[in-house]
Amino acid sequence: MEERKFGVYLCKGCGIADAIDFESLTKVIKKEGKIQHIKEHDIMCSPEGRAMILEDLKPEGEGINCVVIAACSPRVKYEELDFPNCLVERCNIRELVAWTQEPKAEETQALAEDYLRMYCARVKKSDLPEPYETECDKTIMVIGGGAAGLSAALEAANDGYQVLLVEKEAELGGYGAKMYRQTPSSYPFTTLQEPTVFKKIKEVESHPNIRVMTSATIDKIEGQPGQLDAHISTNGSPEIIRVGSIVLAAGARPYDATKLSHLGYGASPDVITNLEMEALAKNGRIVRPSDGKEPQRVAFIQCAGSRDPDHLPYCSDFCCLTSLKQALYVRQQNPEALAYILYKDIRTPGQTELFYKEAQSDPGVMLTKAEVTGVTVAADGKLLVNAQESLLGNDVAFEADLVVLATGLVPATADAPVINLEYRQGPGLPETENYNGFADSNFICFPYETRRTAVYAAGGVRQSMTTPMAMEDGVGAACKAIQAVEHVAAGMAVHPRAWDETFPDPFMQRCTSCKRCTEECPFGAIEEDEKGTPFFKINRCRRCATCMGACPERIVSFKDYSVDIVGSMLKSLDIPELEDEDDPNAPFRIIGLVCENDAGPALDAVAQHRLRFDPRVRFIPLRCMGSFNMVWVSDALSRGVDGLLLMGCKYGDDYQCHFAKGSELCSYRLTKLSETLDKLGLEADRVQQIQVAISEFDKLPDIINDFVARVVEIGPNPFKEF
Amino acid sequence: MNAEKRKVLVIGGGISGLTAALEAAEAGAQVVITEKAPYLGGRVAQLHRYFPKLCPPTCGLEINFRRIKENPNVTFYTMAEVTQISGSAGDFEVTVKVNPRYVNDRCVGCDACAEACTEWRVNDFNYGLDKTKAAYLPFDMAFPQKYVIDASVCTGDCGQKCLEACKYEAIDLNMKPETLKIKVDSIIMAGGWEPYDIAKADNLGFGKVANVITNMQMERLAAANGPTGGQILRPSDQAPPKKVAFVQCAGSRDENHLPYCSYICCMASLKQATYLREKDPEAEAYIFYIDIRSPGRYEQFFWKVRDDEGVHLIRGKVAKVEQEPGTGNVTIVAEDTATGDKVRMTFDMVVLAAGMVPSTKASPFPLPLSYTPDGFIVQELLPPGIFAVGTMKGPLDVMKSNEDATGAALKSLISVGGRS
Repeated sequence: MEERKFGVYLCKGCGIADAIDFESLTKVIKKEGKIQHIKEHDIMCSPEGRAMILEDLKPEGEGINCVVIAACSPRVKYEELDFPNCLVERCNIRELVAWTQEPKAEETQALAEDYLRMYCARVKKSDLPEPYETECDKTIMVIGGGAAGLSAALEAANDGYQVLLVEKEAELGGYGAKMYRQTPSSYPFTTLQEPTVFKKIKEVESHPNIRVMTSATIDKIEGQPGQLDAHISTNGSPEIIRVGSIVLAAGARPYDATKLSHLGYGASPDVITNLEMEALAKNGRIVRPSDGKEPQRVAFIQCAGSRDPDHLPYCSDFCCLTSLKQALYVRQQNPEALAYILYKDIRTPGQTELFYKEAQSDPGVMLTKAEVTGVTVAADGKLLVNAQESLLGNDVAFEADLVVLATGLVPATADAPVINLEYRQGPGLPETENYNGFADSNFICFPYETRRTAVYAAGGVRQSMTTPMAMEDGVGAACKAIQAVEHVAAGMAVHPRAWDETFPDPFMQRCTSCKRCTEECPFGAIEEDEKGTPFFKINRCRRCATCMGACPERIVSFKDYSVDIVGSMLKSLDIPELEDEDDPNAPFRIIGLVCENDAGPALDAVAQHRLRFDPRVRFIPLRCMGSFNMVWVSDALSRGVDGLLLMGCKYGDDYQCHFAKGSELCSYRLTKLSETLDKLGLEADRVQQIQVAISEFDKLPDIINDFVARVVEIGPNPFKEF
Repeated sequence: MNAEKRKVLVIGGGISGLTAALEAAEAGAQVVITEKAPYLGGRVAQLHRYFPKLCPPTCGLEINFRRIKENPNVTFYTMAEVTQISGSAGDFEVTVKVNPRYVNDRCVGCDACAEACTEWRVNDFNYGLDKTKAAYLPFDMAFPQKYVIDASVCTGDCGQKCLEACKYEAIDLNMKPETLKIKVDSIIMAGGWEPYDIAKADNLGFGKVANVITNMQMERLAAANGPTGGQILRPSDQAPPKKVAFVQCAGSRDENHLPYCSYICCMASLKQATYLREKDPEAEAYIFYIDIRSPGRYEQFFWKVRDDEGVHLIRGKVAKVEQEPGTGNVTIVAEDTATGDKVRMTFDMVVLAAGMVPSTKASPFPLPLSYTPDGFIVQELLPPGIFAVGTMKGPLDVMKSNEDATGAALKSLISVGGRS
């Protein structure tokens, strides 16, 4: 902004004026906040209050363009108190003061005054965003030409995008093309369907927006969203193609049945996998591989490898339906033949239950809950399935002419990175090991998220699923891939800060090439040049500001968020002298740094329930705990602050951080901090991080009060006097 | 690029509707959401935690609400019902009836009206487990954070105390329904689901036996913002139950009730067993099931719960749930199909894993659509430009609903012409 004119707007409504003395507050704003234009309103969010501010913003009038609105939480009245082209800082004195503190108490007033000091400091350092302008190629690359990839390619193309479809095999279709029939995917869920991939293949091959490359593999992908250069080899001949975003639909392969020798695979040619069964059916006649005869008794062994900690520690989801389908193949080919399905649990969730019922109603399909212990081959070649029947606990043996192992799926990403990104942090999607190699999201709410911006996984590579499910899944991933290129083109972030037009703007002259940012960025957005100096690939960035937290030189800044902005807030505090440091109510000062998506809203909920907490804590919202910079600790402690309480999301395998690593990285930094504090003779307990979920408002008052009590017990910060 | 011109109506502001709306908006569309309830978030807002991560649904909702707040292309109406749809893909005219909230946009959420209000209403958000005033905020994290007055209980006999109490001129007891006409190119139906009325299963005791509750009630009991402040207490005497039975397939997989599987109930009961065990490590959970359905990666959650010594799995269909005479306890009769024995056991409380019914079963959309006999929509039979998402098409969990809604967002845009 060229010329900044500041204004502070104080709302008196919602009990704020009953809790806080405005005369004294105004003095603080003028004298310490150094903003002279101050206005009050009984109800700032009312049309009248808004009109008052709008009047001040007129260039021909006061021309105010940077405002602090001291009122309610920024989570409410977001429209009423939003002013275009004006920098607005919302200072939450309703929830954090009026609704959670004793009205008109000395410490309540001190708290409100500190919040105004902090936000006056903040508004002076903050600025309006300017989008990051960049070249953006909007081509969408789909890796994998199976069910998921075909539908992703087709729908992205139908929406008007250029699509590059890369398939490693010579033909499109994947396993969906190897099926004889598909399980029904719509009501009444009783009739087997012709495979649907062939229609998709035709549509894809004839679509003017889609270029199909078969027998093609990804050697590497370099660059960043909007400017990704894919190095692709087709039968050995390389080509470099620029794309904007990626749908990873590399699929899954059947689990290696040779590892299932206890189930007879390899011991007899008549023990086959479910995929081999499809091939038999597709060839026209189901016959025993050993003698070409039609089997009379076919046994299906469910969970062959799946749900087994020694093989696949997950359910492969499609196998129950597939065996039911194949049992019907057997019955349709030969009404005299019998199909036995030996299962742990039949898993036909949702309306697929209707298909289960259909199969169950066939008297030739026998379903038995049993733990299969092994398959043996008799001298005459007959197969014997040994099992322990659940119903009576008896050991039973089923004689069969043909045994079908319902083998599960292994995602392509369990075997190789597939996307082969030229990223400093490695070629594949991080964390796939947490999901047994699947390129799945950690987020129930946001199932397509990955930690590589503009790369979205779909189909069997993401989760084990049926062909019809994969086909639907591809469309969702295509939608995300479209958003990615559109947001890059507009200079905006993608999920979870999809609206954000700020971006990290590092002051590289001061960079010492320590590489912390490059290592810690959860999204691999920071590379290094040949000299080892980091450089930002902005289009990969999700704006969590983990780099800002990691940087010991404090050189990473966003327009409205920086080490300096938060540091200035900390330094603006009034630190009273302690007349009697043994007084448990002495004016200790504590900073609370809170995640703005979870702990922050939880504090609002505390206020909603009108619970009280210690007035000696001043809360500052952080984009993510990953942006916590250790310099803030020394800023605060050297200023005389007695303690810092960090409230971030849960971390570990079931982490709740929407930037994946933020709260965990913060805790890692704190381990380093305690050594520094020790050296300074300061107690490590003065700085504490706690994990809190957005729903845990009921626990927060105790957490806050206990921390304050601990700090009081330690005693005042010895640097207070300096 | 004519992306800006593509306008989508999303009917329903639950998790599927929110996802469809936001994914379409972030792909460049203009989106209008209509929601019948006075708040967005739908059924998931009532859940204590999601399986398998055991994370709070409000976390993802908070992100979605922020996406709405920050996106000028998303508008929404609460307490709004679509009453008429005419036209065709690319040119629909939709009539929306916005029911009176009796509280206007000046509401600051201060609670003065509720304090002053003298009438009480059964709290539907907590499935009838407690009451609120007739002037109420649906729940602490409600978005938008605006109070509502329930006209069905507000008699006005109090002398309009709320009107006097409100300093913000936010109460308008004369508010009338409003009718809006909206032009859109495509429509996404995200009406969600209702819990099956399990009182219809006479043998399961719901409504007759005090300490028989539903799985959704269990969610509210476990939630800190629920009727008991997050303590699991049984209704008859507010005592913490030590021995709780979960009855799977309560209504589901049953020709007399719901012929389909409701997808979420196995995982929900396993999850709720963890609530019980976390809050009281002495308490024990017994799960009566036909098949445990923990598809895909959910299997590992099943293992985790199964391996807890305080969780017992009994394979068997429950035949009868009845009051133990003279106590608050509940007796279950079931056949244990693993042993073949008839089981008769007594519990402090019983949770029925009630199934999922599409909301359109009770209130169909104002369109001549064809439904399955169970009330689900068949996408293939819908007219061009109209899409159904999530549990309208069949029982699904949250993750799958979100996948589906993300795909539907794109399809709804394509159906009225691509970008170029």
